[in-house]
Amino acid sequence: MSTFQYDVLVIGAGGAGLMAALYASKSANTAVLSKLYPTRSHTGAAQGGISAALGNHEEDHWEWHAYDTVKGSDYLGDQDAIEIMCREAIDVVIELEHMGLPFDRTPEGKIAQRPFGGHTRNYGEAPVRRACHAADRTGHMILQTLYQQCIKHNVNFFDEFQVLDLIIEDGVCKGAIAYEIDTGEIHTFHAKAVILATGGWGKCWSVTSNAFTLTGDGAAIVLRHGVPLEDMEFFQFHPTGIWKMGILITEGVRGEGGILRNNLGERFMERYSPTLKDLAPRDVVSRAIYMEIREGRGIDGKDYVYLDATHLGRERIEKKLPDIADFCRTYLGIDPAEQPMPVQPTAHYAMGGIPTDVDGRVIVDANNTPLYGLYAAGEVACVSVHGANRLGTNSLLDLVVFGRRAGIHAAAFANEIEFQPIPDNADEPTRELVERVRTHDGDENVATIRAEMQKLMMNNVGVFRTEELLTEAVEKLKELKERARNISIQDKGKRFNQDLLEAIELYNLLDLAEVTALSALNRTESRGAHSREDYPERDDENWLKHTLIYREEDGSYRFDYKPVTITKFEPKPRVY
Amino acid sequence: MKVKLRIKRFNPEKDKEPWWGEYDVEMDPTDRVLDALHYVKWHIDGTLTLRRSCGHGICGSDAMRINGVNRLACKVLLRDVAPVVTVEPILGLPVIKDLVVDMEPFMAQYRSVMPYFVNDEPPPPRERLQSPEERAVFDDTTKCILCACCTTSCPSFWARGEYVGPAAIVQAHRFIFDSRDRAAAQRLEILNEPDGIWRCRTVYNCTNACPREIKITEAIAEVKKALLFSRL
Ligand SMILES: Cc1cc2nc3c(=O)[nH]c(=O)nc-3n(C[C@H](O)[C@H](O)[C@H](O)COP(=O)(O)OP(=O)(O)OC[C@H]3O[C@@H](n4cnc5c(N)ncnc54)[C@H](O)[C@@H]3O)c2cc1C
Ligand code: SF4
Ligand code: SF4
Ligand code: FES
Repeated sequence: MSTFQYDVLVIGAGGAGLMAALYASKSANTAVLSKLYPTRSHTGAAQGGISAALGNHEEDHWEWHAYDTVKGSDYLGDQDAIEIMCREAIDVVIELEHMGLPFDRTPEGKIAQRPFGGHTRNYGEAPVRRACHAADRTGHMILQTLYQQCIKHNVNFFDEFQVLDLIIEDGVCKGAIAYEIDTGEIHTFHAKAVILATGGWGKCWSVTSNAFTLTGDGAAIVLRHGVPLEDMEFFQFHPTGIWKMGILITEGVRGEGGILRNNLGERFMERYSPTLKDLAPRDVVSRAIYMEIREGRGIDGKDYVYLDATHLGRERIEKKLPDIADFCRTYLGIDPAEQPMPVQPTAHYAMGGIPTDVDGRVIVDANNTPLYGLYAAGEVACVSVHGANRLGTNSLLDLVVFGRRAGIHAAAFANEIEFQPIPDNADEPTRELVERVRTHDGDENVATIRAEMQKLMMNNVGVFRTEELLTEAVEKLKELKERARNISIQDKGKRFNQDLLEAIELYNLLDLAEVTALSALNRTESRGAHSREDYPERDDENWLKHTLIYREEDGSYRFDYKPVTITKFEPKPRVY
Repeated sequence: MKVKLRIKRFNPEKDKEPWWGEYDVEMDPTDRVLDALHYVKWHIDGTLTLRRSCGHGICGSDAMRINGVNRLACKVLLRDVAPVVTVEPILGLPVIKDLVVDMEPFMAQYRSVMPYFVNDEPPPPRERLQSPEERAVFDDTTKCILCACCTTSCPSFWARGEYVGPAAIVQAHRFIFDSRDRAAAQRLEILNEPDGIWRCRTVYNCTNACPREIKITEAIAEVKKALLFSRL
């Protein structure tokens, strides 16, 4: 065991964590802890693009981008934060280019842009080309570029260190407790500021575009420390995952002209979204696919539809969507230039998360009271710029804009204060947890409980929800949590004990599944990705507000609410 | 479909020598090798250890030797390798446990070639311009996910672990041929060292192993050419 001391500790090495680390390390002694090698982070999976109103192909303005984001969020996004994001987008994308990011280029040599769902010209008139891209591997390029810059600037990395707890005392965060995967040692990291950038929790669901390692550790840890989670009922289902596998087929396919078709060959999106059609926002398209399936128009009567790109031509596909073509060949044995791709909605992105202000500071109540020393950025955070539904390409943007802001603010904060003393036994709860999981002799298995939870979440807390389904989910999750106490693992060793870590990750997933189901049951309206069949309308009078869910000491939950910040755009009916 | 997995096991806390574990599992032909390994780990022997994350060939975590060839376990379907599937750790890096190897020597080689963009001229207010043609020159080598399939299948690397290896050369190529970068000469100098690019004997193992289908040998040849024509 050792104790390390850093001014700023960044937990997570995806786009958000690396951006925060680059900025924090300019003026503060900074270390990055990551349970994966940084380049394994799921930011590398992002395909389609990062949005910024550069206007490289046609007229565009950040105000249009802000409007689209607000409307896309079904008016739940905080408009002050959205304005910051869309304004800073231009400068941050240029900064990435200056760091060497290899964007695709226009004939004049500028950054190339493509259309994406919900991004429009002049407040909703027609799609606009706003997504800056590098083929269909934009996230890979962002992750690589940021990691390369971290190497260049000698940022300290602790790779394969899994954080299991935070040190929070008297409303101040003072560090983290990490498990060194290789050795099984538990280390204390004493810090002045901690930035959580641990990504999402798609692994709560059975069909997901998310990595096996996206288990929401950061969100679950703060929840147990009494920090609320915001808007957890809003989880995005991306309309086009590979049938049964969930692997993502980027919206960029539709951006390039791909079309969704049912078993009759109909372009059914024309009925659901006359203006934007296949480029409507994700919540709209995912619901449309489910409606088609429900009305018997899935392919072969099954639960999928076709994404047709055959008319784009082989050259365009190989050039603009090479990785998608590769996935289709590898996993489906089909050639997308010849055959349509079987797709179904896949659990994709957490709009909700740890509440923060626009500088990444974690806040603990409706009055925006900060928890000193604790920051969050990226998918784990809820600023909230995505509200009830995120537009494609806005997450990569969120990572770099708010990762940067969090890094700058955390370093400035750290430079103003002294290290706060931490207790000698700060790691005690973690040691107990690890020992209990390692030695407990029960008759339950991690994989079985996880699979049951994932299926339950898919069926009951998916695209369409009802009181009945959600109530059942809440009850069953309670049972699963009870059973999970009786898990027994087989690996009792210290070296690279993933058996142990998977059990701890399951506890995190179960907590997040539970708060998701509870928040969804609580919100009796339909808005964005949260679609209640028993409350099909948006209800601004009662529900134009953010949910905060708190866990009490006794394990029960309590709700509170936070007003939505509205600056320019008053809520209107949302038609596309 | 019945599949027999033969997995090279080694747990330094218990085993003196590596041993072969055999597991019979029932899987779909379209399942990935990774799914079969997960089945073993989740339902037969929880001590089986491997790295993985994305599950679809883009994070580079699960490079291993599958039936004697370096592959990503998540990118190989069982129907293409069954009924008997032999799985071993990649060669030439120290084994930590089962299929997990110590990646640090590989990452050190990566870091040695200045794998980052260098241009200290004051940047323009907007993006640096680059034509689609200039961009295309290094497109292939931007795809690398640092999985190590190439380097750990290279006979020159097996013979001498200090050889910088194809993955690092791929990374160097990505920057040497980027029209915006200004440190090509320094990288070429690094690759001109005794354990640099000249250890490559052009055996093509690396190219065959690359899950991103990067034309590695071609990239190496381009760097060699750049070295021959630069006056170092
Ligand atoms: C397939 C796919 C395609 C996408 N395409 C796009 C797109 O085109 N455009 C767009 O804008 N968005 C896209 N998204 C969304 C976007 O990519 C993600 O929201 C974003 O990358 C999340 O980044 P992050 O930095 O928050 O976390 P991640 O990149 O997920 O990184 C999480 C980090 O936290 C670390 N970590 C986690 N838990 C712990 C712990 N306990 N201890 C230590 N470290 C820990 C991990 O090691 C990792 O480094 C896509 C998402 C997916 C899944
Ligand atoms: S071509 Fe060169 S780098 Fe590739 S395997 Fe052969 S010797 Fe190694
Ligand atoms: S060049 Fe290919 S095989 Fe080598 S590390 Fe990169 S992706 Fe892997
Ligand atoms: S798990 Fe990511 S490459 Fe295989």
